Amino acid sequence: MSVATYTRYELLRTFRNRRFMTFSLGFPLVIYYLIAAPNRNVSDLGGSGLSAPLYLMVGLAAFGTMNAMLSSGARIAAERAVGWNRQLRITPLTTRNYFRAKVLTGYALALVGLLLLYVAGATLGVSMSANLWVKMTLLILVGLIPFAALGIFLGHQVSVDSIGPVMGGLTALLSILGGAWFPISTSGALYDIAQLLPSYWLVQASHIAVGGQAWGAKGWIVMGAWTAVLTVLAGRAYRRDTARA
Amino acid sequence: MPWGTVVHVDEPRDGRIELRGLSKSFRSPQGPVRAVREIDVSIGRGETVALLGPNGAGKSTTIDMLLGLTAPDDGTVSLFGMQPTAAVDSGAIGAMLQTGSLIRDLSVRELVTVMASLYPRPLGVDEVIDLTGIGEFAGRRTQKLSGGETQRARFAIALVSNPELLVLDEPTVAMDVEGRHAFWSAMREFAAGGKTVVFATHYLEEADSYADRVVLMAHGRIVADGPPTEIKAMVGSRTIRATLPGADLDALAKLPGVTAAEARGESVVLACSDSDAAIRALLARFPEARDIEVSGAGLEEAFLRLTGDEEAA
Repeated sequence: MSVATYTRYELLRTFRNRRFMTFSLGFPLVIYYLIAAPNRNVSDLGGSGLSAPLYLMVGLAAFGTMNAMLSSGARIAAERAVGWNRQLRITPLTTRNYFRAKVLTGYALALVGLLLLYVAGATLGVSMSANLWVKMTLLILVGLIPFAALGIFLGHQVSVDSIGPVMGGLTALLSILGGAWFPISTSGALYDIAQLLPSYWLVQASHIAVGGQAWGAKGWIVMGAWTAVLTVLAGRAYRRDTARA
Repeated sequence: MPWGTVVHVDEPRDGRIELRGLSKSFRSPQGPVRAVREIDVSIGRGETVALLGPNGAGKSTTIDMLLGLTAPDDGTVSLFGMQPTAAVDSGAIGAMLQTGSLIRDLSVRELVTVMASLYPRPLGVDEVIDLTGIGEFAGRRTQKLSGGETQRARFAIALVSNPELLVLDEPTVAMDVEGRHAFWSAMREFAAGGKTVVFATHYLEEADSYADRVVLMAHGRIVADGPPTEIKAMVGSRTIRATLPGADLDALAKLPGVTAAEARGESVVLACSDSDAAIRALLARFPEARDIEVSGAGLEEAFLRLTGDEEAA
């Protein structure tokens, strides 16, 4: 019995879906060049203290990786729609391993998307030590945990017909309010709201590049809280979905 | 030989499949529907049992409870001494559900390989592809299969688990004649290895040809349980239809093996207790009869006779 095989084929399946791959990897790249290239010489974007190519590189990476993690939800919804979840329930595959494969696939997609944006960032002059690249990447990967749970939640809560619009709307909203496309001004109600969103802290990972502290206590608390709440919701949605009255 | 290398589960080996007092109701706008009503079935290791009944008889609900996909309102299921979920987790169960398709972006061979990897004692992937006769489309992506090919691939997925109990819910729906043939011969070969097979069908011919035993269901109850010949005698009355202008219905009704005759335009329809005798007599007396068709009476009809009108209950 091998969970590795299951995960490997899950990855293969995802990477073979060409339209999905083009959109989820290509779209953030295109937007990045559209916004960052004209502003490549802006050294302090919207008061963030970061250069436009750096800030937007991480901002669009946040947008892309959020999408990547949530796409596992779309795959769950699609599998539910064709009855595949019932087929899997009569195999020895455990729920834990099923979700593990889904989350790992989301992370693999997210990593590819991150690397592509790093390369794009480098072409626009973003540079930092290897140590900082790694640190920043690790922080982003940690910041994606609540989105993994959100993907599973949506996959079991939303039908395959509506999961596209729901996910698209949600990531757009989280990206804008979290400052992925442009920095949120550091005062006012919008700022207060932004700081309560997991997407905001994902974008803040860019501060590592200039040696800053990206999250601080507040960031960790917000991320921890979202992870806890969404994990509970995902577990509940899964149980409700699979319990047959 | 392909099944000779079977390794049995470590769980109690002499256990049977026992359904005891199994009941299940569903809510519907018209009030509760009693899909399955206190059925008892006991199946021994190695038996091939057909669950026969018309649509809505409760076959799929019974199978869902057997597999642990649906919790019964009442009653118990024991598979070789285990609860359904424990039996599933041990890899002892393989099933082809009535509804459902395949996940996309994998070839059939890849999908069979993934499924094999989930089980402790799978059959070889090539062996299963051979046995189920799906070699010609094993390399094709699952989203490019026809309905019948999808069904056959789903069968391969159920088989590759090398289960002690193979459960098939209306497996031949959407298969063409050739597909059905390949399917049943593979099923037989599998069953011949001492495995237990339970399949649901609404075709009397399938139950008759491929099962050792037929459990007849109607309106959520078991109305008969026995060898196929016995069940066939109960429900298998046939009709002969022939073009015979100006026929003498009284004379036709008196032919050996005929129980009733009826005219439909230029044709006559004969209800038969023995269609072989009837057709010989028909041709001897009425050589001008043509376009002769012999068909089994619909199961629904037979069930109506068997169960009377108690579905009002």
